[in-house]
Amino acid sequence: MNKTSNLLTRRKTLLAAAGMALAAPSIVTSARAENKYGPGVSDTEIKIGNTNPYSGNASAYGANGRAASAYFRMINEQGGINGRKINYISLDDGYSPPKTVELTRQLVERDGVLLLHAPLGTACNTAIHHYMNQKKVPQLFVATGASKWGDPAHNPWTMGWQPDYHTEGVIYAKHALANVKDPKIAILRQNDDMGVDYLEGFRQGLGSVAEKFIVETATYEVTDPTIDSQMLQLKNTGANVFYNITTPKFAAQAIKKAAEIGWKPAHYLVNVAASLGATLRPAGMENCQGIITAFYTKDPVDPRWASSPDFVTWKAWMEKYNAGGNIADGSNVTGYANAFTMAHVLRACGDNLTRENVMHEAASLKNVEIPMLLPGIKLNTSATNFYPIQAVNMARIEGDHWAMFGELISASQG
Amino acid sequence: MELLLQQIASGLTSGAIYACVALGLVMIYVSTDHINFAQGEMAMFSTYIAWALIQAGVSYWVAFGATMVIAFAGGLLIQRFILKPLEHAPVLALVVCFIALLSIFNSMAGVIWSFTVKQFPSPFPKGDLTGAGLVSYHQIGVVGVTVVMLGLLTCFFRFTTLGLAMRAAAQNASSARLMGVRVSWMLALGWGMAAAIGAVAGMLVAPIVFLDPNMMTGILTYGFAAALVGGIGNPGGAVIGGFVVGVLENLVGTYIIGNELKLSFALVIIVGVLLLKPAGLFGRVNVKRV
Repeated sequence: MNKTSNLLTRRKTLLAAAGMALAAPSIVTSARAENKYGPGVSDTEIKIGNTNPYSGNASAYGANGRAASAYFRMINEQGGINGRKINYISLDDGYSPPKTVELTRQLVERDGVLLLHAPLGTACNTAIHHYMNQKKVPQLFVATGASKWGDPAHNPWTMGWQPDYHTEGVIYAKHALANVKDPKIAILRQNDDMGVDYLEGFRQGLGSVAEKFIVETATYEVTDPTIDSQMLQLKNTGANVFYNITTPKFAAQAIKKAAEIGWKPAHYLVNVAASLGATLRPAGMENCQGIITAFYTKDPVDPRWASSPDFVTWKAWMEKYNAGGNIADGSNVTGYANAFTMAHVLRACGDNLTRENVMHEAASLKNVEIPMLLPGIKLNTSATNFYPIQAVNMARIEGDHWAMFGELISASQG
Repeated sequence: MELLLQQIASGLTSGAIYACVALGLVMIYVSTDHINFAQGEMAMFSTYIAWALIQAGVSYWVAFGATMVIAFAGGLLIQRFILKPLEHAPVLALVVCFIALLSIFNSMAGVIWSFTVKQFPSPFPKGDLTGAGLVSYHQIGVVGVTVVMLGLLTCFFRFTTLGLAMRAAAQNASSARLMGVRVSWMLALGWGMAAAIGAVAGMLVAPIVFLDPNMMTGILTYGFAAALVGGIGNPGGAVIGGFVVGVLENLVGTYIIGNELKLSFALVIIVGVLLLKPAGLFGRVNVKRV
């Protein structure tokens, strides 16, 4: 199915390219009418590129790209943005950075897209980071939480979206210091960029006592069949805090194993693995009680949101435009909310759709509310602040759901 | 000391998983003389079928049996329709075909059942033997089932005419054909049995590692290491190889090289065995008359 949709997109691209050639004279006219257009924009269309892992090991995350495509399909049916249809070209990079580079060049140089929206993966975005900034093509709202995306001084064409891993790590550390007496901290982390970012933030949050309190750090590779051995190692240190930096499958394994070997530390689970549907229910809710995480989106299987208007709209959209998607999969929420943000920025651009103005509008978000984010979270950016979402709310598993506690915590407070 | 014992126990249980997968690899090798890279993905796909049956309200053991039958038929069909036309093709063409199957099963499972991890039930009681969570009943069950399968396979190949015919077809097709063995069907039978064994392995592994389309990717590498250590043509060797690899992996990872290099360690085993003792610890050197 991925391949078909890929082919279809390619065919659409070809058609669109042919259309562009025919429409060339009209662009000249429209330019005269004081509309400012960057590459990929006409009176009737805005061309946007995207890369996502639709195949390969990380294909679970491909739901983000499918959700974004489905969102823009809905926008187009509703008449587009300021009268322009979105031509969303989403290509499969299989989570492989060299492939991302190749496809990005194709999108920028051959398809001539206005911008790249939410390319997925830390390594994949890293691979095109320099290229995008050199070419001055917006790389907007990247679908990764690494902290390096908010650096407008050096990379003014790249912007993150979700709260970054580093900040989240700081928040867990502060919480552990404030709530656990004599913390002895054991850490399990995925051996990649994500794992390092989360760990560095956590260390920073602990400050000078980091070396004293962290008693053991075990790593695993995504190719490891199980993490049982690591869990035994960590339990053996007698730690009373467990910082669990994993992706859903390994998070579920770790939670289940901790329960099996009777280890009951204060358990901090990173947000990327905190989905009820993808991690906690498979691990067994009885094993999850008391686990703490930080949230910024609404978990779609959490019954408390069932009647909130944005959830109702989202669910209707899922059923109509993204029917193949799993309701329990948080990627369908982030993909949707991220595409909503993109549409908001394009709408704000009006008829001035140059790459410069898109970046300008993206960096001018003021208290923007996005559906499916937690109540109270507002997006803010400026010329010097390229971290749109900075607030999270801590939550603890109670019974069969995440129970929020405390106030919204923003990065500055964290 | 306690950690050492725990790591050995945990190594034995992951070893049982590797042994299970290695058994399927050996099965294909013994009956077709090939190494099937898609073995893991076929097992994963079968496990999804079992999961779908259980979700549909079928009881565990009925689903278990039905899945074995479906997997057997599936393996048979794959051989009949995909591999039979390639019977005289060079080995490289087959390898490409196996890798294509791997990718096809992986993507199909993702499209049909999504990539979200799923819980798979265990037929064995909850809880564990020691009380410390070291050896759960499920893990003992995995070891037990593996040993039973091993016994059945050994008897089948050693004491039945069909088993003998299958081995003959794999090792020397033209002589076997002259002896009246229907070689092509023997190969198909081998594929069916390997797929059924894979299905059992998948259903035993899933409760431990959780069911997702990439469930078998990592395990398969360790399965290969296990099969090679024991001798790729020797079912008993493969099972012992599984336990050896599982325990070594844990001990080496915990005490010597660190967890980062565990997979590399499995690959070192593969290369090492191929270089130093290609027939494996328990394998017989295969002499072919040309």
